[in-house]
Amino acid sequence: MLLSTALFIIGVLGVMLRRNIIVIFMSIELILNAVNINLIAFSYQLQNGIGQVFAIFVIAVAAAEAAVGLGIILAFYRNKETINIDEMSVMRW
Amino acid sequence: MNQAIAFYVLSAFILGFAVLVVSTRNTVHAVLYLVLNFLAVAALYVLLTAQFLAVIQVLVYAGGIVVLYLFVVMLVNLKRPPEDHSAPQRHSWIGFGLTGLVLLELAVIIAYGSIAAPGPANAQNTDLAMYNVEKIGMLLYTDYLIPFEVASMLLLVAMVGAIILAKREL
Repeated sequence: MLLSTALFIIGVLGVMLRRNIIVIFMSIELILNAVNINLIAFSYQLQNGIGQVFAIFVIAVAAAEAAVGLGIILAFYRNKETINIDEMSVMRW
Repeated sequence: MNQAIAFYVLSAFILGFAVLVVSTRNTVHAVLYLVLNFLAVAALYVLLTAQFLAVIQVLVYAGGIVVLYLFVVMLVNLKRPPEDHSAPQRHSWIGFGLTGLVLLELAVIIAYGSIAAPGPANAQNTDLAMYNVEKIGMLLYTDYLIPFEVASMLLLVAMVGAIILAKREL
């Protein structure tokens, strides 16, 4: 529990403090990993396999999110030549 | 006792690599630390009797997602470090205050939750460990069949979406 919380906090700090959008995506992966650790820890404590099933779903969603997010980064970089989120304030160009 | 030692060592590795991922300047190094972090998490899964998930973690995260990240880092090809200029409006004390409140709440929840944490039942301890894949597969294909299919549809849609986004023009 404490490990999961600490990893979650590191991920949140990464999202808030970094300006590089790729590092922000990696921080989101860390957050999802923290959630997975929590699910599996409870699955171990309660001797119940359902937590592991949910962790599989979380992994699937994380993979989908990474694919789509990195596609968005590539499309954006091709248009704007930047990966700094402070410059990503436009919705149209 | 051995299990506790292994748990704490792995926890130290996971947290250390996570800090390195967030704090490293070089993005490629951050991705490589992310691989090490995922491998340590997979080892922790084995410790927590989730062998199937450990394998999935190594395959999907350390194999797939990290390669994807590395490709994007190479493609984006940083010409200048993106953290050079600072944005003063981001240093908002309201944000720090709210963050502190949330962390305090989490700490209180953990403090109350960890007092009466039950240990795993030893009698059934080997059951989930020995027949891990069978149990997971049974749950996945009976009780959680519809979420499983929805997840597969989500992956299909994500794949199509990523291809469309990455195409130069339609």
